[in-house]
Amino acid sequence: MTMAGLSPDADVVVRIEGLHKRFGQLEVLRGVDMEVHRGAVVVVFGRSGSGKSTLLRCINFLEDPTEGTVEIAGIRLSGGHRNRHRREEIRRLRTHAGLVFQDFQLFPHMTALQNVMEGPATVKRVPKEQARHQAMELLGTVGLADKADEHPIRLSGGQKQRVAIARALAMEPDVMLFDEPTSALDPELIGEVLAVMKSLATDLHMTMIVVTHEMGFAREVAHRMVFFHEGMILEQGSPGEMCEHPKFPETRKFLEAVL
Amino acid sequence: MSAQQVEVQLGVPKVGAGPPGQPPFRPPEGRLSFRWKVTLVWVGIFALMALFFWIAKFDWAWMRDNFRFIATGLWVTIVTAVAAIALALVLALFGALGRLSKNPVAYGVSGFYTSFFRGTPLIVQLFLWYLALPEVVGNLYNGGHLPQALYRVSLLSPVMAGILGLGFNYGAYMTEIFRAGILAVGPGQTEAADALGMTYRQRMRRVILPQAFKVVIPPTGNEFIAMMKDTALVSFLAGPVFYWDLFKRAQTLGSQAFKPLEALIVAAGLYWALTAIFSFFQSRLEVRLSRGYVREAMRPVARRPSRGSGAGMAPPV
Repeated sequence: MTMAGLSPDADVVVRIEGLHKRFGQLEVLRGVDMEVHRGAVVVVFGRSGSGKSTLLRCINFLEDPTEGTVEIAGIRLSGGHRNRHRREEIRRLRTHAGLVFQDFQLFPHMTALQNVMEGPATVKRVPKEQARHQAMELLGTVGLADKADEHPIRLSGGQKQRVAIARALAMEPDVMLFDEPTSALDPELIGEVLAVMKSLATDLHMTMIVVTHEMGFAREVAHRMVFFHEGMILEQGSPGEMCEHPKFPETRKFLEAVL
Repeated sequence: MSAQQVEVQLGVPKVGAGPPGQPPFRPPEGRLSFRWKVTLVWVGIFALMALFFWIAKFDWAWMRDNFRFIATGLWVTIVTAVAAIALALVLALFGALGRLSKNPVAYGVSGFYTSFFRGTPLIVQLFLWYLALPEVVGNLYNGGHLPQALYRVSLLSPVMAGILGLGFNYGAYMTEIFRAGILAVGPGQTEAADALGMTYRQRMRRVILPQAFKVVIPPTGNEFIAMMKDTALVSFLAGPVFYWDLFKRAQTLGSQAFKPLEALIVAAGLYWALTAIFSFFQSRLEVRLSRGYVREAMRPVARRPSRGSGAGMAPPV
C-alpha cells in the first residue's frame, strides 16, 4: 500500500516543492515537500507556531513563498515579484483552491446565498440564475437551505463556517484548504462543521488539506497525517501509524497532549 | 448649538412613529418621556430667542418683503454644494485608494493632493481657481502653446470655481475619512475576496467598498453640512447677480438697505433649514445601510461629531 492509500498513478492535484518562507529573520517554513493526490484527505497538525497555517497561506499565495514552487491543477508558480502576468496566474491558481478560514470571513453585507453566489457570479461570470441555483444546492449540502436569506450576523458560528465551506465549494475547486476551521467555534458547534467536512471527503471525494487539532476527525477521515515541527514535515503516515506508533518524541509528546 | 441637537429636534414629531420595523417608543408609565422633555427644552430656547429678537426690534416687515430675493440664492447654494460634494466623493475615493496603494505614483499624487488642499486656506484655493487659473492658461495661450478654446474654458464662472474649489478641498479631507473607512473593513475580508480569485477591482467593488461606505456615511454627511455653509465663501468671487448665492444676496441687499442683521438672519434661517432637512434624510439613509449589521431593526445610535460640528445651524448674528 502506498503512503496515501491510493494507487501511485492517481493524478496529483497539489505538488509543493522546496517551500521556504521567511518573515525577516524568522524562518517559518524551512523546506516543505508535499504531494496530494486527487480525492486524498491530508491532515496537517503540530504545535502552534510550527508553520501549518503559513503553509496553507503559501499554497494559494496569500503569503508569497520565499523559495520553492506550488503547483495546483497543473498551474505551477513560485514566489517573487508580482507583475501583471504573475498576478493573473496567482488569481487563476486561487480559483482552483477553496480556502476556509478559522474566523469564517463571510461577507457581512451579503446574505448567506449571496455569499455563496459571489465567487461564481463575479469571478467566473456564471449567469446570475445559474449561480443562484447552484448556491441553493450547496447550501442544501451543508444543511442550511433555510438560512439562505439571512445575513451572517444572524447565524451561529457553526452555521457561518458551513456557509463559508459552501462559498469555497461554489468555485468548484480542485482542492479545499481548511485553516483550523473549528478553532473559533464553541465546543457544541464543532460537530456540525466536522460532519460537513466528513461528508465532503466520503461522499464527494473532495481533495482536502486540513490544518486542525481535531484528532478524532483526522483518525476517521484522513488518508494521511502530516506532523509539522519547526517549519518542516517531521514525519507523516496513515492515521493508524501516526497515532499508534509515532517515530519521533516530538510527535509523541504532541499527541499525548491533544489526545 | 450642535448638530446633535438639530437631530433631536427632528426626532420630535416622530414620537411613536419611527421608521418601519422600529417598535414605537413607549415612555415609562406616568412620566414624561425623555423626548418630550427635550422638546420642552427646545421650546424654551426658542422662546428666549424670540424674546431676544423682540428686544432687538428687528424690522419683520422688511424681512418678509425681501425674503424672496434672498431665498432665490438657495439655488446657487444648493447647486454648488451638491455638485461639489459629488466631485469631493469621487476625489476622496480615488485619493483613499491612492493612499492605500503600493504604486508610488498613485501614493505620491494622492499624498500631495491631501497635503496641499488640507494645508492651505479654502478661500485662497477659491481665488486660485477663479483668478490664477485663467492667468496661467492665458499666458500659455499667448505663448502659442494652447488652443484658444482651452483659455475660454479656464475662465470659470464663480459657481464653477466654487464647485472646483470646494470639491477639491473637501475631497482632500474626505480622503482621510474614506481611507479610514476602507481600513476599517479589515484584512480578513481582503483575504477572503482574494481567496475566491477576485481581481483588485472586483474585490473593491463587491466586498470592500460596500462595507466601507457604511462606515463613511455619517462623517461624510457632516462634511456635506459643513460644505453647505462654506458655499458662502463663494460670495467673495465677484460675478453678476445670476451667480449670487444666499449669503451674497443677503449681505449686498442688507448693506444697501441698512438692514444687515435682518438680511443675515433670513440667510441664517435658510441655511439652517437646509441642513436640518438634509440631516433628516441622512439619518434615514443610515437606518437603511445598517441592514445586515444589527440583529434587530434599530436605529444606529453612534454619531460622530467631526470637523463640521458647528453644523446644522449658522450663528444668529
